[in-house]
Amino acid sequence: MTATRYHSRLHQTARERHADTHPLTWRLHEDGTRVDLEDYTAKDGYAAVRQVLGRQSPEDVIETMKSANLRGRGGGGFSAGVKWSLTLKGEDLPRGYLVCNADEMEPGTFKDRVLLEQLPHLLIEGMILAAYANDSAFGYIFLRVEYVTAARALTRALEEARAAGWLGDDIAGSGFDFDIVLHTGAGRYICGEETALLNSLEGRRANPRTKPPFPGQSGAWGKPTVVNNVETLCNVPAALRHGAEWYQGLSGNLSDDGGTKLYGMSGRVARPGLWELPIGTRGESLFELAGGMRDGLRLKAWQPGGSSTGFLMPEHLDLALDYDTIGEAGSRLGTGLMTVVAEGQSLVTLVRNMEGFFARESCGWCTPCRDGLPWVEKLLRALEVGEGKPGDIELLQELASGLGPSKTFCAHAPGASMPLVSAIQYFRDEFEAGIARPDGA
Amino acid sequence: MATIHVDGRAYEVVGSHNLLQACLSLGLDVPYFCWHPAMGSVGACRQCAVKQYKDEDDTQGMLVMSCMAPVEEAMRVSIDDEEAYEFRRSVIEWLMANHPHDCPVCEEGGHCHLQDMTVMTGHARRRYRFRKRTHRNQDLGPFIAHEMNRCITCYRCVRFYRDYAGGEDLGAFGSNDNVYFGRYREGALESAFSGNLTEVCPTGVFTDRTHSDHYVRKWDLQFAPSICHQCAVGCNTSPGERYGDIRRIENRYHGEVNGYFLCDRGRFGHGYVNRDDRPRRPEWRNVGEASATPLEVDAALDRGADALRRARRIIGIGSPRASLESNHQLRELVGEANFSSGVVAAEQACLSRMARLARESGLPAPSLREVEAHDAILVLGEDPLQSAARLGLALRRAVLARGEVLAEARDIPAWNAEAVMTLAQGARHPLFIAYPAATGLDSLAEHHLALAEENIARLGFAVAHAIDDRAPAVDDLDESTREAARRIAEALLDAQRPLVVSGGSLASPAILDAAGNIARALAGRRRRGGLTLVRREANSTGVELLGGHPLEWALDELSRGAADALVVLENDLYQRLPRAPVDRALEASALVVVLDHQRTPTWQRAHLGLPAASFAEASGTLVSLEGRAQRFFAVHEPRYHRPESRIHSSWRWLHALEATLEHRQASDVGLETVIRACADRHPALAAIIDAAPGNDYRIEGLELARAPHRYSGRTAMRAHLDVSEPRPPSDADTPFVFSMEGYSGSDRPRSLVAFAWAPGWNSPQAWNKFTDEVGGHLRGGDPGVRVLEPGSRERSHERSHGRSHERSSESGYATEVPAAFAARDGEWRVVILPRLFGGEETSSLSAAIAARAGASTLTLAADDARRLGVTEGDSLSLETADTRRNLPLRVDPLLPPGLVAVPAGVDPALASGDSARLALPDSMGVETP
Repeated sequence: MTATRYHSRLHQTARERHADTHPLTWRLHEDGTRVDLEDYTAKDGYAAVRQVLGRQSPEDVIETMKSANLRGRGGGGFSAGVKWSLTLKGEDLPRGYLVCNADEMEPGTFKDRVLLEQLPHLLIEGMILAAYANDSAFGYIFLRVEYVTAARALTRALEEARAAGWLGDDIAGSGFDFDIVLHTGAGRYICGEETALLNSLEGRRANPRTKPPFPGQSGAWGKPTVVNNVETLCNVPAALRHGAEWYQGLSGNLSDDGGTKLYGMSGRVARPGLWELPIGTRGESLFELAGGMRDGLRLKAWQPGGSSTGFLMPEHLDLALDYDTIGEAGSRLGTGLMTVVAEGQSLVTLVRNMEGFFARESCGWCTPCRDGLPWVEKLLRALEVGEGKPGDIELLQELASGLGPSKTFCAHAPGASMPLVSAIQYFRDEFEAGIARPDGA
Repeated sequence: MATIHVDGRAYEVVGSHNLLQACLSLGLDVPYFCWHPAMGSVGACRQCAVKQYKDEDDTQGMLVMSCMAPVEEAMRVSIDDEEAYEFRRSVIEWLMANHPHDCPVCEEGGHCHLQDMTVMTGHARRRYRFRKRTHRNQDLGPFIAHEMNRCITCYRCVRFYRDYAGGEDLGAFGSNDNVYFGRYREGALESAFSGNLTEVCPTGVFTDRTHSDHYVRKWDLQFAPSICHQCAVGCNTSPGERYGDIRRIENRYHGEVNGYFLCDRGRFGHGYVNRDDRPRRPEWRNVGEASATPLEVDAALDRGADALRRARRIIGIGSPRASLESNHQLRELVGEANFSSGVVAAEQACLSRMARLARESGLPAPSLREVEAHDAILVLGEDPLQSAARLGLALRRAVLARGEVLAEARDIPAWNAEAVMTLAQGARHPLFIAYPAATGLDSLAEHHLALAEENIARLGFAVAHAIDDRAPAVDDLDESTREAARRIAEALLDAQRPLVVSGGSLASPAILDAAGNIARALAGRRRRGGLTLVRREANSTGVELLGGHPLEWALDELSRGAADALVVLENDLYQRLPRAPVDRALEASALVVVLDHQRTPTWQRAHLGLPAASFAEASGTLVSLEGRAQRFFAVHEPRYHRPESRIHSSWRWLHALEATLEHRQASDVGLETVIRACADRHPALAAIIDAAPGNDYRIEGLELARAPHRYSGRTAMRAHLDVSEPRPPSDADTPFVFSMEGYSGSDRPRSLVAFAWAPGWNSPQAWNKFTDEVGGHLRGGDPGVRVLEPGSRERSHERSHGRSHERSSESGYATEVPAAFAARDGEWRVVILPRLFGGEETSSLSAAIAARAGASTLTLAADDARRLGVTEGDSLSLETADTRRNLPLRVDPLLPPGLVAVPAGVDPALASGDSARLALPDSMGVETP
């Protein structure tokens, strides 16, 4: 029953999912049960490992990934191939680590979870390939602690893969050694930030690290480290199996970005859930797949990919859901899991709730984030209950500007400021309504 | 070097610096919190934002944190840019959101970096109108007060305490705007460097609890440049006085010695100068009487001189905790033949070897800054964190500097502190420690060899032989020691700058011979290297250069009637030798004159007691273990607030006594005269004249102020004594005045800085205004002058003791390799181990140090304890030829069998036993192993 509830989030049936159009999800079972090793290998699983390890040079693999134009699915949108090519490797350097960021904590986001619970071997295969390309000595999966089902699925899959020789020494006779350890986090949003994740993995406080040096130069335990998101790594086997051209072609003329994307919808839509679609699919199409708003509600605003992305308006639905287009509209694609806001929902309350979350999840390292966000939350709370003061909105905007990129240590606060800034931009009257009138009325 | 453009002006800066370092080094004001010159950048506080432009045409620019921005050639930045200014103002506003409005009652007020930065950034009005976050405070022990509500979360405290100084019991807890800096539970901070938190913390979270007991604002304190008297490192301090009491001690920046940091004994160990029971007037005690009669100065000098005149022969006992000037003056009074250094023979044998090695071994004694630049270290028979704590901290930095080497190879600048730590993962330069017991540096060491002293020496001899086979070999060396010696030799030879650290803590000349052989062997193979030799007391090095007989000789002369009068200078003989021989000697003396600033047991036996000035009231010169002669200056004139006081510098007393004796009338003498006489008499000390500018030194025609220009209450503070304000006391000895009426600025370079203050900079961060570059050297030169260098002038005379026993080969190598230590049934070897708190005479008289000293224990090897059937906490009785002591047992798994370790400061008589007996408490029946 539990499995059914989760798998129901992926709305495409087995008949709609094909190996040549749905590289991420075509192997998923209709009932949401885990695809085990036998089933996975039967469905072309680990074929990319056989095809690549020992047969292609790591440099060629990285070149393929660069031309495939797979952009980081954790929300950053940085080219995976370029990231790999910037990761230090060489005989005079220690072999580093491959870290899978499975700390999926962005509010409204549940895409990696489906892959982790139902298709763990796809991730393992992607990690083997990534490790091969980057000469990583060892892999870590940093998993969100609440993902208990995923932890179970991964543990089983790692055992299966190890027993079958897909992990360990001399994988598939290639001479390449690699193994993976599953590490569960302790429930901090900031651990989704790749360098905070590395500190946490090392047993240090989960504060982000300064860049440069990037993890590719000095990452986990000071060694060259690749950190990739679950979905990013799950794209790797198909991209290498079928080639960059094929992979890039998946998005057709919808986007310059390559491949498919797990898109999702949450909020008061008729059918919240998940779909694997070519990257660059228009917002409207996704909105239609979700059956539009439920119960006759009207769409008021939406966030493209999590709480740390700026609000967009209904008229923005005709934009392509890719990194550049959404960025140009003043928001971010983020995780690509859209959250809708219905008419009648208070933006002040919604943003107050989000800023409360971001304030609480601040690691406490840099001043604007640590001390600015709680102030933002308190101002919003005052506005929410009608105790705002003249100047509060301007103060909020001033605070938000101090939370911008380069002013804070990492991207946490800039992400937190996006919904605030965009909500004031589009719905300023709702904020003004919270300012107490001098006559007390 | 690189050229950068700041607000349109071109400057030359150091290319390896970050932008903040560069700007501060130029004297430009950029506010900051989390950055610290000794700890680098982490980019946390965001206070040092400036605008950086891509090129000349870029008018937009973007904000960068100057502490995280590497200097680049032709870089264009603006500090004054409006967006940058506004952002910096905002950062202060955010920091202030939870900061209490308690400046008027906060002990940081007036020397608070947060106050300074708040004023600098222009934040003046609080807009935050919500409830503030609050914390509970902890009792962190007798040194440090804790007020977490003031915290601005800059992380400096934990970065200093843990990362820099290696402490483990202070941490950051929690997250978001609720980060807590404290211990996991209440209790005294364990680090020997906790006091630096009071200066590292930019606001009033960690303040000096000893200061709190008699609090005075910085601007109301009178300061002088001083030298710490609590060990031989020679850290520069800045003691502050008000109403005749030393209120606190702050670090005085020295680019070569202590830098920004002091140890806790140095910072908190000054309470003895404020004790009510201090002798403040001369006292005469008739033979056999317990109570003493106070005397006026002239009467005291007359009676003293009369009695000395009647004496057949006067013995003078000097002191390694007194100044060169005072020791010299005593030596002049009694004559060279009758002068004892006041140091016991065993220690003196070590001191003389150390002085000789400093001149002849071929390796120089590095300053602490230089210590930090060594890349392989062997510590032979010392526990530096106990015997010379600030040196121990420098050794820690040296070992961890390996991280910066690795980082540089990956283009990570040394100032990028967290990135260096991440890459380094605790990487260390090799450190080897040979010491009987566990030491605080063990966790950094590649190998700790827990050995008895002979075996430490044998290891050292073997290392020297492995480096140079002309050095004597060690017979019958066990395999593991041989292998260790080979590995140590290899590491020292692999290094660019090997360092050997040894000293007199175990009172073993053999260990020093071994250390000397290693130094000689290395000097032949490496251009650069160092030999650091730890002495025990503030002026041990200097007293050795003056020469003199050992203390036992002096007591013998008196006991056997070869002399009948004794003058003791600032020395409690009972701290050095067993009670019986001291009693005998004092009883045999027709006259005992004691000069001291403490009512010691020796003072209590004096016929004439002369109240000596401590470092707080005296000026003089000390020679540190580095061989650096440094001048300390009187902080205040004791008669100003206590008119009844007759305290004078010992050198002044002794000169007056000599004058009275010879001319039948007292005459005064100036410090300059004494320094000159001392330098003339002792060619090895000729350079001490240059240790500091003389009393005629002026800046812009002005003398130097001891008090800040805001010093308040001067006309009122003595009103309870006299309604008319006297002239400030004059100070003919030094260029300082006892008032604010003199030069106290930072714009003219000077090495003599009583207190650090610059316009807008009231906190210790003001030191940046006095240095050539942040973390560099004082613009006027780091104080002091080296008097002990390789090849430096040998003493003009040979001493009868010490030298004759030493045998050396033609190549200069010591050849007497001791036989291995063998534990013997029923006979225990007592080793006295130095300890930071409680192991030093004067600081132990300070309440805060006494509170931290803890119980004295007796330590046995785990095997021995098991064999005796005793466990930790059991009381054991230790008996030597001269004493018997019951002490609770501690077990050290490292200690070699056959040894009993006892901390210093318990009883000097314990040191006399090589065949001590150990017994269970009487109630359980005596039983010897």
